[in-house]
Amino acid sequence: MLTALIILWPALAALLVLLVKGDGARKIAFGAALVELVLGVWAWINFVPNASTQFLLNEPWIANAGIMFKVGIDGISLLMVLLTVFLVPLIILSTAKHRYEKPSSFYALILFMQTGLLGVFTALDAFVFYFFWEVALIPIYFIAGMWGGENRVRVTFKFFIYTVFGSLFMLAAFVYLYFQTPGTHSSEEVAFYQLVLDAGTQSWLFWFLFIAFAIKMPVFPFHTWQPDTYTTAPAAGTMLLSGIMLKMGIYGALRWLLPVVPLGVSQWANVVLVLAIIGIIYGAIIAIRQQDMKRLVAFSSISHVGLIAAGLFTLNHHGLQGAMIQMLSHGVNVVGMFFIIDIIQSRTGTREIAAMGGITQNTPFLSVTFLVLLLGTVALPLTNGFVGEFLLLMGVYQYNAWMGAVAGLTIILGAVYMLRMFQRVMFGEKNEITQGFTDLTFNEKAVLVPLVVMVFWIGLHPNTFLTISEPAVLKLLDVIKR
Amino acid sequence: MTSIILLSIFGILNLFVGFMKSKKVLMPVVLLFLAVALGATMFDWNQPQSYFSNMLSTDNFSVGFTAVMVLSTLFILPFSRSYVVAENSNLAEYYSLLLFALVGGIMMVSYENLLILFVGIEIMSISMYIIAGSDKRNILSNEASMKYFLMGSFFTGIILFGIALLYGATGAFYLTDIAAAATRMDPATSPLLLMGLLLVLIGVTFKIGAAPFHFWTPDVYEGTPTVFTSYMSTVVKTAGIAAFYKLMSAAFGGVYDQWFPTVVAITVLTLLIGNIGAVAQTSMKRMLAYSSISHAGYLMIALTSFNDRSENALLFYSLAYAIATIAAFGILKYVGDARGSDDYTAFNGLGKTNPLLAFVMTVAMLSLAGIPLTGGFFGKLFLFSAALEQGMIWLIIVAVLMSAVGIYYYFRVIIAMYMRDAEGERIAVDPLATFTLISLVVLTVLMGVVPGLFSNLL
Repeated sequence: MLTALIILWPALAALLVLLVKGDGARKIAFGAALVELVLGVWAWINFVPNASTQFLLNEPWIANAGIMFKVGIDGISLLMVLLTVFLVPLIILSTAKHRYEKPSSFYALILFMQTGLLGVFTALDAFVFYFFWEVALIPIYFIAGMWGGENRVRVTFKFFIYTVFGSLFMLAAFVYLYFQTPGTHSSEEVAFYQLVLDAGTQSWLFWFLFIAFAIKMPVFPFHTWQPDTYTTAPAAGTMLLSGIMLKMGIYGALRWLLPVVPLGVSQWANVVLVLAIIGIIYGAIIAIRQQDMKRLVAFSSISHVGLIAAGLFTLNHHGLQGAMIQMLSHGVNVVGMFFIIDIIQSRTGTREIAAMGGITQNTPFLSVTFLVLLLGTVALPLTNGFVGEFLLLMGVYQYNAWMGAVAGLTIILGAVYMLRMFQRVMFGEKNEITQGFTDLTFNEKAVLVPLVVMVFWIGLHPNTFLTISEPAVLKLLDVIKR
Repeated sequence: MTSIILLSIFGILNLFVGFMKSKKVLMPVVLLFLAVALGATMFDWNQPQSYFSNMLSTDNFSVGFTAVMVLSTLFILPFSRSYVVAENSNLAEYYSLLLFALVGGIMMVSYENLLILFVGIEIMSISMYIIAGSDKRNILSNEASMKYFLMGSFFTGIILFGIALLYGATGAFYLTDIAAAATRMDPATSPLLLMGLLLVLIGVTFKIGAAPFHFWTPDVYEGTPTVFTSYMSTVVKTAGIAAFYKLMSAAFGGVYDQWFPTVVAITVLTLLIGNIGAVAQTSMKRMLAYSSISHAGYLMIALTSFNDRSENALLFYSLAYAIATIAAFGILKYVGDARGSDDYTAFNGLGKTNPLLAFVMTVAMLSLAGIPLTGGFFGKLFLFSAALEQGMIWLIIVAVLMSAVGIYYYFRVIIAMYMRDAEGERIAVDPLATFTLISLVVLTVLMGVVPGLFSNLL
């Protein structure tokens, strides 16, 4: 029941928010998101740290077809749920200074999307998963399309068509798998895990499923929608896309690809790893050349996701656990980075790196938080990024030492583009644009402080989170190696 | 059967009601008639019976599709309010024609004998020829009526010819007798049977607007007054596809191999022409016409298998398609009347001027595009699943790709409504139509969230 409540609460709150006019919408949405945070933490407190799926809800959905509305939370799901319920209130709070047209629709869509995201992270039936997968997409399409920047219609439409196109393949694969299950057919996760399919079938099923997840992450060469969409979307939309939605792809691969078609995965893992590593280098190199801060972080996100994807497909313990912890870290860091870019843009009216300079001189608080998040992103020891990237690189290294070595370049290249941006934007002489730059307001601090706390929490004591997912990941590895 | 009798009587009664001075009473009366007919239909649920020496029978299949058609008509009527306001002197005739067409439609879903099928098609078609030309001072409406009549009667002739040949080959009009005779004889050596089958097939595909017999659809849909277009693309199509399914399963299920490649070819062609044709349109009404062609293609996917799964999928899809289409045409009527154009541009900024209309339209478009949270998604999922169970992988790949194309043109309306600047005033919508639109949205979302309620009716 708790899972159902966690999924449904944001959608109900969204309906409530729709009724409110003006500024009240944001406050109610924020309150609802805080309630959701409490629910998430409540689930964490009551969660028994083992490999089982807890807070299970299993109701007939399409009874005659054997399709159940089955949702529940295991260690892997819990981490994603916690990430979602932690980030959404901060994202809502981060919009405080924006005066969006039709605020009630805007915040209702954010909450509605949260329902979709949480449904994806807790679904234990393939069709329930697909259902929520698309439910999460519709609101973000409208958020990016209605409140975005220039070219938004074209860019968001490309994003929508691209992702729906990918997910249709996933749906086709699910239907195929459904008909392979014995008896009256079932689309439950466990039923899919028990399937024994020959290698040839698994081979094409792999691509049908992978393409959906690869587009969502996005993995090179399926990333072409990403930089434009991230740049065009309003700040809150970009945070939702990069902080949480991107994890849908990784989570999906972890839950619905690796254990379902293990033979297909072992057959194609090399190709995926090469693609992922190309993505790491490619994203980083293009990020170095960017002039627009938002675009720079967008490309850096491609690079970081490439490493997570690589770790995922090594199919070893370090790789998977690294992917889990790095999903949290990336979510925290990238939301922080996009928020800081939004702050800078709203004060200076531009995101051009070349136009800035000397911001540190007026803004001790901003400088410190920016630096902490940035160091987290470049994976400095003691920060969250280090734990994840270290485990991931260890996983890739175990898989293939050469690949590990190339993937390791991400740390060097990441430092290059991030520190270059920090240096140009924050240091140097003040100019007329950055002259009157003021430090963080209370609201902005309220967003950034929890993020900074998380950077250090995950960095200094990752075991809080690693132990949550550990049993579930080990169980998953057993299924994969069956 | 009760619904056939009731609706025929109601249709005649309604003509007398039309003699009254005030036209205001007509719509409530017809709505009441329809509600009674719907109730009477539901009485036949789970009580199969046959009439007229078994020429016509009611079973859950026919009751289900009859209910969809009557319900669709109920939902369509409130959008004809502008005729009431304008004191249109022929309103009673229009409504009666709709009721008579409905009678034809019910015969088309409950026939056991090809003659009843023919009579049903004729009753429905002739009513629709007149309805298409009901806006008689509009040259487009005249054109629509003329085109529909000429081509429609031609294809009715083809059906009749086909029925005659089938009679020659099998000596029977009854579906069961034809099925028995067809399995007994070797179809390959009986050109009469194959020719008859082909001619009936061509006639029926014309009636549902499937390619390559779809050319009338865009022009007729465009010229016909929007309310009646909505009737054409829902009730007429539902009757046609149900009749088609019944014909193929009950009479020709045994000689599956003979006609199956043809039907698959028609399905693929319909999907391609419907979807790609819709992309090129600038008029919303023509887009919906092409979209109705493409949906005829999706519905025909049900013909790949004859079992509970495909029957239920067909019913689910028909209902989901009908309610989304009615909502789309209903809003198109208001927008078209207020802004004087049926183009996409007429929808610009509707999200600002009329949030409710825009929201309903969005849900309708998502449903037609087959995006989750709406009935259209599960309709497609069930239909495609039924075909995949038979191993029709290539057909489904085409259908899935065409669904992706569909997103392109359905979203153009959404983009116009929410992402373009408003060019017009707020459009006034009367309370009954508003209520109908809300019911349509609720039903669509209900089908998309708890599909279990609707997915196993037959």
